[in-house]
Amino acid sequence: MKNEEALFRYAVRMGDNSLVLGHRLSEWCGHGPQLEEDIAQTNIALDLIGQARNYLTYAGEVEGKGRSEDDLAYLRTDREYLNVHLVELHKGDYAYTIARSFLFDAFHLALQQALTTSTDERLKGIAEKAVKEVAYHLRHSSEWLIRFGDGTDESHERAQNALDDLWRYTGELFVPDEAEEVLAKAGVVPHLKDIQAEWSATVDRVLKEATLKRPADGWMASGGKKGVHTEHLGPMLAEMQTLQRTYPGVEW
Amino acid sequence: MRTAEEIQVLLEQVKDPEIPVISIRELGVLREVKVEGDAVEVVITPTYSGCPAMDAMQEDVEQVLRKAGIANFTVKQVLSPAWSTDWISESGRQKLLDYGIAPPPHTSDIRALKGGVPETACPQCGSTDTELVSHFGSTACKALYKCNACKEPFDLFKCL
Ligand SMILES: [Zn+2]
Repeated sequence: MKNEEALFRYAVRMGDNSLVLGHRLSEWCGHGPQLEEDIAQTNIALDLIGQARNYLTYAGEVEGKGRSEDDLAYLRTDREYLNVHLVELHKGDYAYTIARSFLFDAFHLALQQALTTSTDERLKGIAEKAVKEVAYHLRHSSEWLIRFGDGTDESHERAQNALDDLWRYTGELFVPDEAEEVLAKAGVVPHLKDIQAEWSATVDRVLKEATLKRPADGWMASGGKKGVHTEHLGPMLAEMQTLQRTYPGVEW
Repeated sequence: MRTAEEIQVLLEQVKDPEIPVISIRELGVLREVKVEGDAVEVVITPTYSGCPAMDAMQEDVEQVLRKAGIANFTVKQVLSPAWSTDWISESGRQKLLDYGIAPPPHTSDIRALKGGVPETACPQCGSTDTELVSHFGSTACKALYKCNACKEPFDLFKCL
């Protein structure tokens, strides 16, 4: 794989992870368990969708076929989406949403921090902007996970169940695909095993405070990075893309 | 023909649409004005990746330039170096306070550096007996606080 193709796939992956999780979190708009959380999740969604715009714009430029951020977001099928499974899973109950966000945010912050020293100027610029936003996201999801874990029996059980369910989707975060390997070798992006070490330390620290058990590593799901997704992504994209699919080229 | 400084002053008219008392220059969103011959380039930078006011601010800049009879201009959005709340000017901080929004803590605030919540004075009554309600407020750039002295809630322009 040439560096240019790897960079395109990398920018698409970063954009898709943010776009899909952002869209998922936006499903809490008007349905949050309390007003402050409704506002928090929609703010976080807004950050993520902003990051997605930056990445998908860049991907379109790298590809050089004239595709815009909107073309990439609204006119690709699920098989062309390159996000990890973790971000596309349904929103579940609030413990599930918080646990998923925590597992992703801990990964995302370590990754964005590393990307602030990328040799690629655009990846570096996007990361410099994103890293402080993601630090707030991780603080939010950590605080809630601690509150649930160290809360009532009911909240503890739901948080532990969510972690146990989600754990099998964390392996994929750290297994590089060809694009990630090519760019890591070229020194453009970090090696995912370094990110994993930092992620693991964050997970241990927060779970301990939350009195939650770290699930054992077992079978890990994968496929998102090559466009093979769970049953959750298709319906979400159908909803997200319906306007552009029904009225192609519409603007408002 | 106007100098870069004159255009900077002209662009004081462009306010943050979400906090209409503070100009993009005081906010630090207006990064640079370059003048070469009759060509003007204005560089702006977003506060947050997903700042929904960015396109509105860009359009406002374009409108002010056009009204001033400047035809040959470009407005460019850049991400790097990343905007920080430290770029808000002193007059900008005062205007936020007068508007009822607590200005952001300086990143050198020792409590913030130690990972704690920096001391925040209530913009209504000045008491520092205040408490964080949520890191996320009415817009991406604000956190929600309440004052234990006057019992009023208020926004804090959060540190970034
Ligand atoms: Zn007060």
